Amino acid sequence: MTMNGTIILEARGLSKEFGGFVAVRDVNLQVRRGTIHALIGPNGAGKSTVFNLLTKFLTPTRGQILYKGRDITRTKPADIALMGLVRSFQISAVFPHLSVLENVRVALQRPLGTSFHFWKSESSLYDLHDRALELIEAVNLSPWANHLAAELPYGRKRALEIATTLALDPEVMLLDEPLAGMGHEDIEGTADLIKRVAADRTVLMVEHNLSVVAHLSDTITVLRRGEILAEGPYEVVSKNPQVMEAYMGTGHA
Amino acid sequence: MTMQTQALPRTGMGTGSRKALLLGGGLLLALAAPFLLYPVFLMKVLCFALFACAFNLLIGFAGLLSFGHAAFFGSAAYIAAHTVKVWNWAPEFGLIAATAVAGLMGLVFGLIAIRRQGIYFAMITLALSQMVFFLALQLPFTHGEDGIQGVPHGTLFGLFDLNQPLTMYYAVLAIFVGGFALIWRTVHSPFGQVLKAIRENEPRAVSLGYRTDRYKLVAFVLSASLAGLAGGTKALVFQLASLTDVTWQMSGEVVLMTLLGGMGTLFGPVIGAALVVTLESYLASTSLPVPVVIGCIFVVCVLVFRRGIVGEIVARSGRGRKPS
Repeated sequence: MTMNGTIILEARGLSKEFGGFVAVRDVNLQVRRGTIHALIGPNGAGKSTVFNLLTKFLTPTRGQILYKGRDITRTKPADIALMGLVRSFQISAVFPHLSVLENVRVALQRPLGTSFHFWKSESSLYDLHDRALELIEAVNLSPWANHLAAELPYGRKRALEIATTLALDPEVMLLDEPLAGMGHEDIEGTADLIKRVAADRTVLMVEHNLSVVAHLSDTITVLRRGEILAEGPYEVVSKNPQVMEAYMGTGHA
Repeated sequence: MTMQTQALPRTGMGTGSRKALLLGGGLLLALAAPFLLYPVFLMKVLCFALFACAFNLLIGFAGLLSFGHAAFFGSAAYIAAHTVKVWNWAPEFGLIAATAVAGLMGLVFGLIAIRRQGIYFAMITLALSQMVFFLALQLPFTHGEDGIQGVPHGTLFGLFDLNQPLTMYYAVLAIFVGGFALIWRTVHSPFGQVLKAIRENEPRAVSLGYRTDRYKLVAFVLSASLAGLAGGTKALVFQLASLTDVTWQMSGEVVLMTLLGGMGTLFGPVIGAALVVTLESYLASTSLPVPVVIGCIFVVCVLVFRRGIVGEIVARSGRGRKPS
C-alpha cells in the first residue's frame, strides 16, 4: 500500500449530452488509490451516467478519463476490464442460468487463454474450481455453489456479483448501487463485504442515499443535476447546507 | 478436498449418465432405423436435424436469432451439387467445399450483422439471405428455376458406393453424428461457457473483459458451416440443389423445427426436425394444406409448451434447472 493516496482514476471536465439534454456537466473527479469513494445524488442527478462514462459503457461528449495516468477516454469497455477496472451493474448482473460456481468460473477462465477453444472439454476448466470456491466462500455463498444463480435471493445475487468481480482481481471496483433494493439484514452484510474487499483495492460506488454510505466511504461526492455539489468525508458533506437541501426529507431518514 | 467433488457441475454425473444412455439408445435406433423405415425419408430427417442443430447453436447458446440460415444451407447445396456433378469431384471433397463456402459466407454475414442485436440482427440476416436467393436465381451455374439436377451419388473415399441406399444412409448418419458431436463439444467447452455467459447477460460478459462480438462471430461461423454441411449432404442425398433450399421459408422452417423441439436443448432440434419432416411427408399424401396444419401445430406448441417438446420434458422432470 505504498502508493496509497495517489490518484488512480480521474475524470477531467466530463460532460455528456443526450440530444439537447445535458445529463452530466463538467465533472471533475479524482479517485484515490486504496479508498472507498461514493458518488451519491438524488434521482436524475447523473450519477449513473457518470458511472457509465467511467466504465466506458457511454462515450463522453467532452472531457477526459485517466486511469493510472493513461488516457482511457476512447478505450473499449471489455479492454478496461483487462486493465483492472471492473464494474458491476445496478440491476444485479449475474448469469441466471449458470450455476453460482460457473458464474465465478467464467470470470476466472479468461487468463487460461482457451476461451475460444470450442473443441476442448469443459473439464479443462475444473482446475479453476478451488479458486472459484474460495471466492464463493468469501461472500458466504458456499452452500449455494451448485445452485443456479437465478434461484438466489436478491441479496445473495449481489454477493455473487461481487465474488465474480473479485475473480478478476481488479485494482478498481466500480459498484453501481450495490446496496439498492436490499433489506436491512442484507445491507449490513454487504457493506461489511465491500469494506473487506476494499482492504487492498480501490472502490468507487454509486449510491442513492447519503446515510447508507456514511460509515462506508472515505470520500463522498454529491451530484445534483449533472454537476458536483459537494465533496469530502461524510462529516463535511453531510453538514453542507446545499446537500441538506437537496436531501431534505430523504437523506437523513 | 471434499469440496472438489461437491463442486462438480450437476450435469457431470446424474444427468450426464442419463444423457449418455439417451444418446446410446438414439444411436442404436438410428442404426436399426433403415430396416424399418424408408432410408430416403430418414436421410431427409438427418439432414434437417443437423441443420436445426446448427441453427440452435446460435439461437439457443449464443442468443442470436438468425433469419437467414437458408442462405448457408442452400448455397452449400449448390456448391456440393456443382462440384460433384460438373467438376466431377468426389463426394467428400464436394462436402468439404460446401461446408467451407458456407463458413465463409457465415463470416461475411456475421461481420455485417453481429454489431446489431435482437430484431435488427434478424432483419440483417434476412436481408442478406434474400440477396443470396436473388443470386441463386440469376447466376448461370445454379440453373435458375431448374436447379442442379441429377447429381451423381459417387463413391465416398473411393470405398463406399453411395448408390446403395443403405451405404448412403450410414454415410449420412456418420455426418450427422460428427456434426452433432461437434456441437455437443462446443456447448460443453470453455468457449461454450463464454457463449452462454453472453447469452445470459452480454453487458456483464463485456465487463468481465470478453470482447463479445468475437465470440458471437465464431459461433456464427460454426453454425453457418454446419448448416452448410447439412445442405451439402442433402444435395447429395436427393441429387438435387434447388431454389427451395435458399428461400426465406426455409429459414423460417428451421426456426420452427428448433422452437418446436426445444430451443437451447441439445436434442430438441433433432426431435423438432423429425416431427416437421414426418408431418410434411405424411400430409403430402393427403388433401390437407401442409402449411396450414403445421402453422396450427406451431401456434398450439408456442401457446401450450413454450419451451418446446424437449425443453418441456426437461423442465417437468425437475432436473432441468440447467437448460443445457
